[in-house]
Amino acid sequence: MAAIRTKPDPQIYTFPGFGTDKFPNLMLRGAGDLDNWHLKVYEQKHEGYVAMKAALKLEPVAVVEEMKASGIRGRGGAGFPAGLKWSFMPKDTPERKFTRYLVCNGDEGEPGTFKDRAILEYNPHQLIEGMIIGGWAMQCKLGFVYIRGEFLWLIEKLEAAIQQARDAGYLGKNILGTGWDYDILVYRGAGAYICGEETALLNSLEGRRGEPRVKPPFPAAKGAFGQPTTVNNVETLAAVPPIMRMGGAEYAKLGTPKNTGTRIFGVSGHVKRPGLFELPLGTPMDFVVNELAGGSSTGKKIKAIIPGGASAPMFDEKDFDCPLDFDTVKARGSMAGSGGLICMDEDTCMVQATLRLIKFYAHESCGQCTPCREGCNWMEMVLYRIEHGQGRMEDLDLLATLTPRIGLRTLCPLGDAACGPMDSALQKFRHEFEHHITHKTCYAQGSRLLSAVGAH
Amino acid sequence: MNHPLPPETSNEPLAPGQRLPESERKEFSPEALAEIQAIMAKFPDKLAATLPALHIAQREFGFVSLSAMKAVAKAIGIPEGHVFGVATFYTMYQKAPVGKFHLQVCTNISCALRGAAQLLEKVCEKTGVKPGQGPSADGMWSVEEVECLAGCGSGPCVQVNHDVYDEFVDEKKLLDVMEACKRGDYRPWAK
Repeated sequence: MAAIRTKPDPQIYTFPGFGTDKFPNLMLRGAGDLDNWHLKVYEQKHEGYVAMKAALKLEPVAVVEEMKASGIRGRGGAGFPAGLKWSFMPKDTPERKFTRYLVCNGDEGEPGTFKDRAILEYNPHQLIEGMIIGGWAMQCKLGFVYIRGEFLWLIEKLEAAIQQARDAGYLGKNILGTGWDYDILVYRGAGAYICGEETALLNSLEGRRGEPRVKPPFPAAKGAFGQPTTVNNVETLAAVPPIMRMGGAEYAKLGTPKNTGTRIFGVSGHVKRPGLFELPLGTPMDFVVNELAGGSSTGKKIKAIIPGGASAPMFDEKDFDCPLDFDTVKARGSMAGSGGLICMDEDTCMVQATLRLIKFYAHESCGQCTPCREGCNWMEMVLYRIEHGQGRMEDLDLLATLTPRIGLRTLCPLGDAACGPMDSALQKFRHEFEHHITHKTCYAQGSRLLSAVGAH
Repeated sequence: MNHPLPPETSNEPLAPGQRLPESERKEFSPEALAEIQAIMAKFPDKLAATLPALHIAQREFGFVSLSAMKAVAKAIGIPEGHVFGVATFYTMYQKAPVGKFHLQVCTNISCALRGAAQLLEKVCEKTGVKPGQGPSADGMWSVEEVECLAGCGSGPCVQVNHDVYDEFVDEKKLLDVMEACKRGDYRPWAK
């Protein structure tokens, strides 16, 4: 087996007050401690596997009820209540026995999101514990962790941690005398953003091309290998042990009533202290960006923030006070997504930034649905033309008519995701596009975002 | 997706039923074969071994050539067309030879805001190769422009072979990384 990487992760994890009652550290507990992947350290220092042992004494239904009471919403992007998702799994009847699977989505590909790697780096056992509790609650036969291929060192670490759990008797046959058999397998992806979509992930897990499936049937009816499956994000599953430890009702007191608990926000871009901050939902965005991340790093004012990973529509200055929870962000016309905040200062050329984002979607479109495959390429070409000084005023109308023809017309949300940045940039920073067309140069004077040599 | 087609070993594509010349066929080593067998046994369906087997093929042969895809199909016992479809869908399977050190630079938005475009140009300048051009003359370097490596908070970042190097890479750090490559501090791309 390969040696476990011991290089400290360069990301920032903590801030003054982290770990107190106001800012509890539930998922980033033990962050910064490289020994934390050892089972012993996790058990001794961080109440490891206490929640699992308690949960295995409960009825599976009671565990699901506890999750429902916690009100936790999926941290992957859609914000669907996780307890409800768990309750959709079919139960065994005398006539029919099901083989159920639990899949953990660790295909962290959303630009601006880098939370799962911190959990996998510093807290792999908490994820394993969460997967065991989830597996028990839904009486699964196997759990799969799908991790993006670039995280090779994290896959090695997680596999070593899983082996420790097997040796301790937490995985395998007849776990802790309950008569329940369960194991976790790690699957390495191969560099496709689309595999973060749950049905594409399931296809990839089966060894196929990562193309999203038609829904219904939903994964709870027909998922991995044709069996009932639940797909949860790494962060959601890592939140399960704390929920079971403190109780669902207690967890629900964190955050806001309909958006309970804490989540890990990743701040990147033009800020002084980019990093990961675990905060209760509903924390205002300007507090996160200005207080925790230290505000603009360039001395210029921050002009735009993408509040939930690259797919979320941008916010301009008037929405910087937005509380970061699923409902409020949505009401203000964006989405909380995966919790990655990307900050751009005044010198950022929005045409280049939008082009860079659309290039990503054009590259990552799986090619299954025509609107997304063709539309994203079209948007890229039109933006490329504007960026290179050959744009026409009609191009802006063309772009505006393209997005409604892509959004909501595809199998998976990748098409909608591409429309988010495009629409919002055009709406909020139209003058920059117009300046580009009339003056054939950038409105902002910052450094280039696009390299002269790159070609996908 | 604009994936390049894998290189044909000759200019003529293979006709149905035609076989690759003996010299161009690839065989897995017994250990690699045993590894693939073990993966097939672990998962509910043997098809699931496709992606891991392609990773193993890349490790064994350096890149996923047409003959490597055929070897994968044979090892698992699945149609060659399926393996071709999978191998060309995913970007991490290199369909052409890469250098001894494959430098992958993230140029996505978070890294770009912190100077990834300039870093990519610097990487090209220092190594003398352009993205997608294949390895340098001495076989040491190849460069690829990749999408998000999930190092957004500490970008711009570079992945060297299988290790992500993501501590605010600037010119000085880039030279350090390249020196470290020459010293052999990074795990090799393939056997």
